[in-house]
Formats: sequence, C-alpha cells, structure tokens
Amino acid sequence: MSGLDATQQASRPGLLRRLAARLRARASAGAGLGFAPRLTLLLLLGPVAAGLIGTALPAFGYLPALGGEGFTLAPWRAFLEAPGVSRAIVISFTTGVLASAVSLAIVVLFCAAWHGTRVFSALQRLLSPLLSLPHATVAFGLAFLIAPSGWLMRLVSPWATGLERPPDLIVVNDPAGLALVAGLVVKEVPFLLLMTLAALGQAEAAERRTVARSLGYGPMTAWLKGVLPVVYPQVRLPVFAVLAFSMSVVDVALILGPSTPPTLAVQLVKWFHDPDLARRFVASAGAVVQLGLVVAAIALWWLVERAVARLGRLWIVSGRRGRGDLWLRLLAAGTVVLSFGSALFGLLGMAVWSLAGFWRYPDALPGSWTLANWARHADEIATPAVNTLTIGLAAAAVAAVLAVACLEHEAQSGRRAGARALWLLYLPLLIPQIAFLFGAQVLLVTLRLDGWWLAVAWSHLVFVLPYVFLSLSDPYRSWDDRYARSARCLGASWWRMFWRVKLPMLLRPILIAAAVGFAVSAGLYLPTLFAGAGRTPTLLTEAISLSAGGDRRIIGIYAILQLVTPFIAFALALITPAFVYRHRRGMQVTR
Amino acid sequence: MTGGAEVSNGAGGAPVLGLREVTVRLGSRVLIDRLSLDLAPGETATVMGPSGCGKSSLLAYICGSLDPAFSAQGAVYVEGREITRLSPEDRRVGILFQDDLLFPHMSVAENLAFAIPPGLSRSERRALIAAALADAGLEGLGERDTATLSGGQRARAALMRTLLARPAVLLLDEPFSKLDVDLRTRFREFVFDHARQEGLPVLMVTHDPTDARHADGRIIEIGAVKQTPE
Repeated sequence: MSGLDATQQASRPGLLRRLAARLRARASAGAGLGFAPRLTLLLLLGPVAAGLIGTALPAFGYLPALGGEGFTLAPWRAFLEAPGVSRAIVISFTTGVLASAVSLAIVVLFCAAWHGTRVFSALQRLLSPLLSLPHATVAFGLAFLIAPSGWLMRLVSPWATGLERPPDLIVVNDPAGLALVAGLVVKEVPFLLLMTLAALGQAEAAERRTVARSLGYGPMTAWLKGVLPVVYPQVRLPVFAVLAFSMSVVDVALILGPSTPPTLAVQLVKWFHDPDLARRFVASAGAVVQLGLVVAAIALWWLVERAVARLGRLWIVSGRRGRGDLWLRLLAAGTVVLSFGSALFGLLGMAVWSLAGFWRYPDALPGSWTLANWARHADEIATPAVNTLTIGLAAAAVAAVLAVACLEHEAQSGRRAGARALWLLYLPLLIPQIAFLFGAQVLLVTLRLDGWWLAVAWSHLVFVLPYVFLSLSDPYRSWDDRYARSARCLGASWWRMFWRVKLPMLLRPILIAAAVGFAVSAGLYLPTLFAGAGRTPTLLTEAISLSAGGDRRIIGIYAILQLVTPFIAFALALITPAFVYRHRRGMQVTR
Repeated sequence: MTGGAEVSNGAGGAPVLGLREVTVRLGSRVLIDRLSLDLAPGETATVMGPSGCGKSSLLAYICGSLDPAFSAQGAVYVEGREITRLSPEDRRVGILFQDDLLFPHMSVAENLAFAIPPGLSRSERRALIAAALADAGLEGLGERDTATLSGGQRARAALMRTLLARPAVLLLDEPFSKLDVDLRTRFREFVFDHARQEGLPVLMVTHDPTDARHADGRIIEIGAVKQTPE
C-alpha cells in the first residue's frame, strides 16, 4: 500500500507538493532550533578557548603587540625568580583545597544530620538570599565582623576584654589565609547545599534513609551509607567548580586574603595591570601555572575521592550502626548556623556602617545615625549602578534566550544533553578565570572592542549562561509535554503553541533563571576588570577599588547596593508571574 | 454543537480514518505490528492492552506527536488524504488524554477560544464559545479559572475544546481512567453522544473492559498476545 502510494506521488507536481509540505512541516515543527546548542557552545567556549591560547602564547614570549615576536622561556624564568611566588602558590593551593573540603564537609554532615527535619527547612529558607549575594559582599561583611575593630570585638569590649582600642592582631588578611578560607566557606556552603538539595530530589533520599533506619542504623549513618553514595556523583561537578573558584578567586582574596605575599591569582592581576608591560609575559606564565594548579588539585581531589569511596565501602559493609551521633548532629547544625549567621550579621554590620555618623570604639552601635554618607556618594554611584543593571540584564536576557532555545531543541529532538554536555557547560566554571581572561582581553584589544559595554556583557555571558541553564533545565524538562501535544492537536502551529502555552506556563522558572543570571553577573569581578579595561566600572569593581581606602561607610554603601540589586531581580522574578496569574490557581506555586 | 458536522459527513459511509500497516517500534521491540484499520463516520474502535504495550504510542503516531525515541512506519489517512507526514496541527485529528490538560494560565473561555480555527469574526467566535459552554453545562463559567471547576466540568470543557478545533477524527487516550465511577459513566456517554452527533470516527485506547463495552465497536487487542512471534 505504501509502495503504491509512493509511485503515485512521484509525479512532478506531487513531488514538489511533498517537498513544500515537508518544508512547511519542518518550519512548523520548530526544527529551526538546531543551531541553538552549537551557537551556545560557541559563545560559551569560544572566548574560553581563544582566551587560553591568548594567555599561553605570551607565556612563551609571543605577543607581537608588546614586542614579543619569538618563542622563549624567559617569562617562566622571570616568574620562578619573582619574590614570594612559591609562597603564593602554596597559599592558593592550601586555601582553595581547605575551603572546598570544609564547605563540602559542612554540607554533607548537615544533610546527613538534618535532612527532612524542621531545622533543615528553616535554614533552607535562608538559602536563596545568601546565594544571590556576590562573594565580595559576603567577604566585606565578614571582614567587618571579625576585624580587630569589627563588630564581634566591639560586642565583647570593653567589659570582657578590657580593650579601649582595637587590639594589634592580624585577623583579616592573615598570612596563612584563614580569613580567606572562612570567607569562601561562608559563601560556598549555601551553593553546595543548593546543589545537594537538587540531587537529593532525585535520589529517593527519604525512602532510602527510612529503609536504613528500619535496619537499625542511626539517622546520620543511615544517610551517609544509604544516600550519600547516590548523591555525591551529582554534586561532583559543582564541587570541582568550587575548588577551581576558591583556588583562583581574586576579589575575596583582595578583601580577606594575605597581602605579603598575596595569593597567586591576586599577584597575577597586579602583574597584568603593572605599568611595566613586560610584566604581562610573566603574568601569562603565572596564569598557565594557575591553570595547572587547578588541574592538579582536581586530580588530587579525584584520587582522594577514590580512596574515601573505597574506605566508605568497607565502612558500609562493616554493618556498624552508628547510633550515638547526637553530638555530631549538633556540631553540624552549629557550623551551618555559624556560617549563615556570619553572612547575615556581616550584611547587617555593613548596613549599620553605611548609616553611621560618629562611631567610637568599642561602642557596639554608632553614636549617631545619618543619611549623609548616602547623600555624599549618590553622584558617583550612578554610573556603576547603571552599568551593573544594564550589563546584568543584557547577559541574563541573552542567556535565558539561549538556554530556552537549547532546551526546546532538546525537547523536540528527544535527545537529552548527556554528561559530556554538562562538562562543557561547567568548563568556564572549572577553568580559573585568570587563565583565559587576559587572553580574551588581548583578543578584544586586537578587535578594538576592549572597554566597550558590549565586551563586558559578553564576558559576563560566559559565566552567566551555565547558571541560567542549570537553573532552568529541571523545570523546563519536567514540563508536561502533553500540553504541547494537546495544543498542536487543537490546530496550533509550533510557534503558537510555544508562545501561547509553553512560555506563559514556564514564565516563573524562566524569570527565576534570569534573576540567577543577573545575580551572577552582579558578582563578577575579574571579567569586568579585564573586558572593561577599567572603563566600565560596576558596583562591585568600585567597591573593591574603594576597599583599599578602608572607609567602612562607603564600602557599606556599595555592599548594600550589591545586596539590593540581585534582591530586586529575584523579587521581580517572583512577583511578576504571581501578579500576572493572580486569578489562576493552577499557576500558583503550591510548595 | 452545530456547523462542523457536514465536513466530516461529506464522505458518506466511506472511511474517515484509515491505518495501513502501522508498525511502532521502541528500539528493537515491536510494539504495534502492521495494524490496518478503517473507521467510518461515527464508528468506534477500541484498542486494548496492558500498560506499556504501545497503545498510546499508536495514538501519538496518528496525531503526529510520537516521541522521537520510538520509530514507526505505515500510512495514516484522514478523509482519504494521507496525513502521515503532516505536522500535528494540519491533521485534523483531535485527542483527549487521561488528564483534561486545560491550560492552567487561561480562563475556561480562553481555553475554548484557543481551539477555534482562525478566519471567523469576533462575534462568530463568541457565539461558538457560548454554544460550547451551554452544551457542556458550563453557562456563565467562561471567565472562570479552570482550577476552580469540578472534575466533571473540566472533563466536559476539555471535550468541547477538542471539538471546537473541528477535528475529522477523535482519539481517546484513556480519558475516563482518572474519573470516579459515577462521573466516568456520565462523561463516557457525553463523549460518545457528541462523537455520534458530529459523525466523528473514534479510536479509543483503554485497559478497562467496561469502556470497551460502552464504545460498542470493534475491539483490537495488542500487546502481550501479539508480541511473542518474531
């Protein structure tokens, strides 16, 4: 029958008609999205790849613009001979690994101890506000809190310490980098907790734990033996991202980290911006070292992971029930409360500073309150505020469009992006920023695009896109596709279905993903610094350059602004759909 | 309902829905093996089989929304025209699912309006919606949020929405299985009455023998029985 049919249709007009029908079918099936994943990867990995090459070449002496015409190992010699370099390498490595390990340990212990309890959901509610904060803001807050002249010391002085003036202690910027570790932990615990929560949703965690507990295991042991082995593989990439970030972070290290010598990444940024242009070759060599350092740390982590997994297996089959774990549970809750608490109190401290008039040491609160600080700096805030808003909105909007296009292509082709695609998505987060941003800047200078608003927005896109995609992919994939089939069978073309049914129904997750993207953009320091060439200041870069001056009132003002901007983005993302669908109960969030 | 009937009745007793050797595979597994079928206007056929046997995939193939994980061959004809390669919106095949799938972001009337083909004036569209609401016993509920309707009201609204798109064929993908017994009987009658009135051939998929009995037509068993050879 179908063969007969084919011969009938093979006549010329029939053939044309069939071709036309097929073209029409393709258009209406929305098949035009095949470009989306490729374009996204190009925008994402293009700058990374070009930047890595652009950094690696000068490391071997090749950068014609600065007179480096041939290949030489001189930059490497200069790098290795630079004072303090080995110490900087050690500090970067130890603080990064320590911060990641401590963050992961806190998250794992806390989930093991409290997942599914009221304590857990109470702390979970604080997660989103903490996540939307830039790293630097949290770091400023922590510095305000723990500095010798900070809030903690003021609260216990003079009645407990007898101090009338700040003690001569190095707490912030300590040479071992412990303050830096603390600042990173406070910010990475919420991130890893969020990632673990997402993984827990798919792991039948409650059921697994119940089974283990019914076999006589204590609550923590039940979780560690029954749930963690399923959850950890899904958290591994975020952990690597935390590791890479912690080892190469610049803004947090400038605020909290040691200064003589600083961490490697901070030292490299100084060299990259040294008036002596020859330093750029040395910095490039150092950037390659920084990349190697991160790769080595990830490899080391992976080996330790294997060892822990092997020991863990022995522990699992040992049958030990681990029932006396109350003290450990309290410790786990304590660390999370401490971590969340320092972030929140730090923010409060900055808000107080921004409104402080005269504030004597060791008074716990200012003697007088004033808005004069805000009024005095209103003018200089305008430009960075506008830059932060426009760049963040542009990057978040483009990222949301690309993420939707990729996910829609995936939905149509039925091929879900696999584990390898996830690695590609994480790549910009796994490669230290300093290792490719200089190269990308060289490229921008060659194209005469450096310092341009668009260049900054594009460089932000590279980091915004992964988060937007990760945030949107779960809700997008779990959307009930039968709504689409229903709409199509009611005679709606693909476009009509997409615009009238799918997008409106996914409005909330799309806006939330965009808000996540905006928050990420607002917290980006190095990309702004390099692509902006100092001519496109944002609230964050301004705050950091002001931090050297140490005026707490103005730092407080910038920190509060950094807190407010992502907050507004999230508020809009939540309020808009709630308002649009205020008469639609089926569109309201039931959780 | 008025209007739509003469289109599908034009062919008289000639089959409106025709399947020719339709085969559906999932990987190397053959779910539906060379199924051929003709349905005249108002005629009903029921496909029965255990869950996972490919019943729903058959309907998805007919309406053009088969998941790419499946592969299928064979031709589908509607009113003598082959539609196998047409996109879903050009096939004139209406489908009702287990859930009503009323769009939660639209009012009841907006859901109905979504289905009405373009080319009608505003007043004509409004009249069609009013008639459909009356027909489903939903007078005055057009502006309501679909989430505030009862299960039976939602089910009837979903059928009305499907009919307003003026399909030539009606597919039923276990549309009664989530309703309680009482509602189920009434809604089943409501659906079959309307299909008969409009002269629509109905292809139903179910695992409930009662549904099949009420459909009063051919019963096609697939799945476990036919799967063993090859």
